[in-house]
Amino acid sequence: MINYLSDPTLVPLAALEVGKHWYWEIGNLKVHGQVLFVSWFVIGVIVTASVAASRQVQLVPSGMQNFMEFVLEFLRDLAKGQLGEKEYRPWLPFVGTLFLFIFVSNWSGALLPWKLIEIPAGELAAPTNDINTTVSLALLTSLAYFYAGISKKGLGYFAGYVQPMPIFLPIKILEDFTKPLSLSFRLFGNILADELVVAVLVFLVPLFVPLPLMALGLFTSAIQALVFATLAAAYIHEALESHEEEH
Amino acid sequence: MDTTLASASVIAAGLAIGLAAIGPGIGQGTASGQAVAGIARQPEAEGKIRSTLLLTLAFMESLTIYGLVIALVLLFANPFA
Repeated sequence: MINYLSDPTLVPLAALEVGKHWYWEIGNLKVHGQVLFVSWFVIGVIVTASVAASRQVQLVPSGMQNFMEFVLEFLRDLAKGQLGEKEYRPWLPFVGTLFLFIFVSNWSGALLPWKLIEIPAGELAAPTNDINTTVSLALLTSLAYFYAGISKKGLGYFAGYVQPMPIFLPIKILEDFTKPLSLSFRLFGNILADELVVAVLVFLVPLFVPLPLMALGLFTSAIQALVFATLAAAYIHEALESHEEEH
Repeated sequence: MDTTLASASVIAAGLAIGLAAIGPGIGQGTASGQAVAGIARQPEAEGKIRSTLLLTLAFMESLTIYGLVIALVLLFANPFA
């Protein structure tokens, strides 16, 4: 009987695999199709919500407009808190988009029943569970803070590497590498770890036991979206600030 | 993957995540204790204290996550296998 139970073709029990991707060939490149697919879904959700909220804008908001205004106020407070009243406005779209994309991808990966859609290889899940997604978001943030510093101070931005003392130079250079590294790994690790933990628990005890961890996963993934956006705004602020004007 | 490599990877993965959980665990405990003390001293500031606490907890958590990523790489994407 043990032989019967352990034969996967006779008794289909759960299986767990990591690292299988649905490869799409675009020119010479291979991309992870499942990540792109869910990313487009996430973009579609955010764009649809924004369009639905901004049709026939009313002075007293209701429904979708009310909800999106709430979201916008949250993003505005987030940006204002990090960048300050005077400089936050040009950076609000960037920081807001980071937060919304990461938040909606994490929650849609955790909440929606992606398993129902069969794809040729691997499975659909949150796009942020792929290191490529998180690294690209982190590199975009790096690009953003470099752009912020250089557009405000020109090449004088690099003079900031030896302030307040020249001994800081290696630390600041190292920071230019560790900032995107920590941003990407933090988000990737959190999302993949949550998915793996839920997958392993579902593999072992499919009923009820995974639920508290799924709820924890929802909470921590929301926090990670907030942390990513907050840190992006903080790095931009750090690149913009000059030490003469103390706030 | 040969046995020595497999066993070494497994031990390394276990150590990576196990040791990585110690420091941030202590740090998060300290931070939460201070946050609770702050709320006890000034209950009106609870909102700000709570949001600051959650933000700082996420930063400390990320240090453990770095260890977890190494463990996952060793187990599922082992570059030497």
